[in-house]
Amino acid sequence: MSVLIKGARLYGADAVDLLLEDGVIREVGSVSASADEVVDADGLIALPGLVDLHTHLREPGREDAETILTGSRAAAAGGYTAVLAMANTSPVTDTAEAAERVLDLGRAAGLVDVQPVGAVTKGLAGAELAELGLMARSRARVRVFSDDGKCVGDARVMRRALEYVRAFGGVVSQHSQDSALAGPTACCHEGEISGRLGLPGWPGIAEEVIVARDVMLARHTGSRVHVAHVSTAGSVEVVRWAKAQGISVTAEVTPHHLLLTTDLLTGYDNGEARGAYDPVYKVNPPLRPAEDVEALRAALADGTIDAVATDHAPHARHDKEHAFVDAAFGMLGLETALSVIASVMVEPGRFDWRDLARVMSTTPARIAGLEGQGGELVEGAPANLTLVDPAAEITVDRDASLSLSRNNPWHGRRFAAAVHSTYLRGQRTHQR
Amino acid sequence: MKKHLLSIDDLTTDDIAMLFATAAEMHEVQRRDVKKLPALRGRTVINLFFEDSTRTRSSFEIAGKWLSADTINITGKGSSTSKGESLRDTVLTIASMGVDALVMRHSASGAAEQVSHWIDAAVINAGDGTHEHPSQALLDAYTLQRRFGSEGQLGSLDDKHVLIVGDLTHSRVFRSNVLCLTKLGARVTVVAPPTLMPSGVGPWSAEAGYATSYDLDEVLPKADAVMMLRVQKERMSGGFFPSPREYTVGYGLTRERLAVLGPDVPICHPGPMNRGLEIAADAADAAQSAVLEQVSAGVAVRMAVLYHLLAGEASA
Repeated sequence: MSVLIKGARLYGADAVDLLLEDGVIREVGSVSASADEVVDADGLIALPGLVDLHTHLREPGREDAETILTGSRAAAAGGYTAVLAMANTSPVTDTAEAAERVLDLGRAAGLVDVQPVGAVTKGLAGAELAELGLMARSRARVRVFSDDGKCVGDARVMRRALEYVRAFGGVVSQHSQDSALAGPTACCHEGEISGRLGLPGWPGIAEEVIVARDVMLARHTGSRVHVAHVSTAGSVEVVRWAKAQGISVTAEVTPHHLLLTTDLLTGYDNGEARGAYDPVYKVNPPLRPAEDVEALRAALADGTIDAVATDHAPHARHDKEHAFVDAAFGMLGLETALSVIASVMVEPGRFDWRDLARVMSTTPARIAGLEGQGGELVEGAPANLTLVDPAAEITVDRDASLSLSRNNPWHGRRFAAAVHSTYLRGQRTHQR
Repeated sequence: MKKHLLSIDDLTTDDIAMLFATAAEMHEVQRRDVKKLPALRGRTVINLFFEDSTRTRSSFEIAGKWLSADTINITGKGSSTSKGESLRDTVLTIASMGVDALVMRHSASGAAEQVSHWIDAAVINAGDGTHEHPSQALLDAYTLQRRFGSEGQLGSLDDKHVLIVGDLTHSRVFRSNVLCLTKLGARVTVVAPPTLMPSGVGPWSAEAGYATSYDLDEVLPKADAVMMLRVQKERMSGGFFPSPREYTVGYGLTRERLAVLGPDVPICHPGPMNRGLEIAADAADAAQSAVLEQVSAGVAVRMAVLYHLLAGEASA
């Protein structure tokens, strides 16, 4: 099977032809060879396949919300060729066997490389280290460890985890949230909006004190720490400082924290009245005020934040049909991430397409230690790539989603750019 | 009026004036031997209370009964969780029985608003978490207007200085009252220790036009009315303040502070009172206390709310 992509703008620059054959990019340039299939890519942009550091696929345990297959479909539709599947499933991915099962289900689906994330602690309980080394040595070759959804709150446990994973080049991805400052019922950003709405919130500092602690632990141990879903200006300042000190820290930001703000909880969106307290906007970390959003965009632009990760978090409809404080945290993100980042970073001129490829593919692949992903689109490289239509003009329709869930905060929003098609090792996994 | 009463923000000042005019008529009915009016005959009002309440629930129940509505009380279990039945399923089940108005109390802020999007019946928010309790604010303002009026005529709140004192963070009574009182022209100062001020109170109060203070003794002599809020027991050990004794010294309406108030300054409390904590017995039982008037006004105001939402004579 061979595919000839004609006239795609490589990283948004000059138009070239790409010949994909036997899973690799056989030729780049002006290709005269014939192929089994020819794709007219005039006006499309070719990027390396996207890599998501932070996805919840819900299998095993909540197959009514998402499965590895449906999540893989959504990922492919979003231009992804690899996703890291978070460990907070039921049972938790805290053993080699559990990790291999996720890997195998991902391979069976065959649409994206599904790379399991291992839990840092047994059962995400925050007390005892999970079998990190066995997961690393397993067929799944786990390199990213996270108790995501929960913070590794105990500084001693975090220190040991950071030290231990050095033996196999692992990294701990931390969900930074001080549980005492956040409180058990906190459900949104603490500030003027939460005060008016009477919702228990948690302040930005509940995130920032953990980020600050963890970069100091990373300095002390000489280990690498990854800050998951950074959401505040204060966290950005800490990460910027830590990088200036030479501390080994990386950080990711979600598309929703780059565009949506806590004001949405009041039920007004650009002056248009919607329902207040809509649980579709309940997410952890919470949506923050516009000042934080701008700080996150600036930090992504200047490289303080390394990567964009979706935190795609599907939920069954009934788990969002509770009162706001009782509803589940999380929102969909895989299918819309590229459109959002193009909208907030490329359109305003803060990014070119190569920058977008860096934060959505190359750097996440490097952070996760994924081979064959995020590489330069050159001859001989694995044929993992995404074609983007920069003038697609889409309106997001939650009912058209390939995810099993409908907790889609992007419903009804318009974006200029969209993923056109996705190729995993030369096989097309999605086409609009 | 709008279809639902979820927040004081749903009401215009004209709506409030209309409700109070009706409430005054209903208030007269309360003095009759036969109190029942036929206005809502054949209409069904369900009091759906997910949270314990005695006075609000019985007040709405009496209000409905005196208007001849069929009034049914349903008490649900506390807050739903992701494992239990969803709130939507619960209220759709009840609404499907054929309901004209749902009077709802829930421990979660925003619950009444969410429900209003799911069902056709009118939704009356009888307290949603720490968000709002609009009928309480209406009865409080009505009570004060009666106090400031004369010979049964309602007075005006214009430029009256009203203090709201206590646990503001967790108070739906505060949130509805600050909206209602400022809408009616009163000057409002809210008083609490910093740990019980709502988050973001600085920009909020600046925009909404009310004042804040940590010092009750400084503002008390300038008050035309005082509203004391209940301090919930669970806050006392929650680290919001060191001890009940210290709270009383700083923020209680003590006998000494009562002496500072003018004899005509009404003292309100939404109840139930913690006598000796936020309000001394002398203050609660003082001639100027409006606590029991609030309760009787509550029935009249809730009759007015039910009447205007259900009798179809509402005008926007």
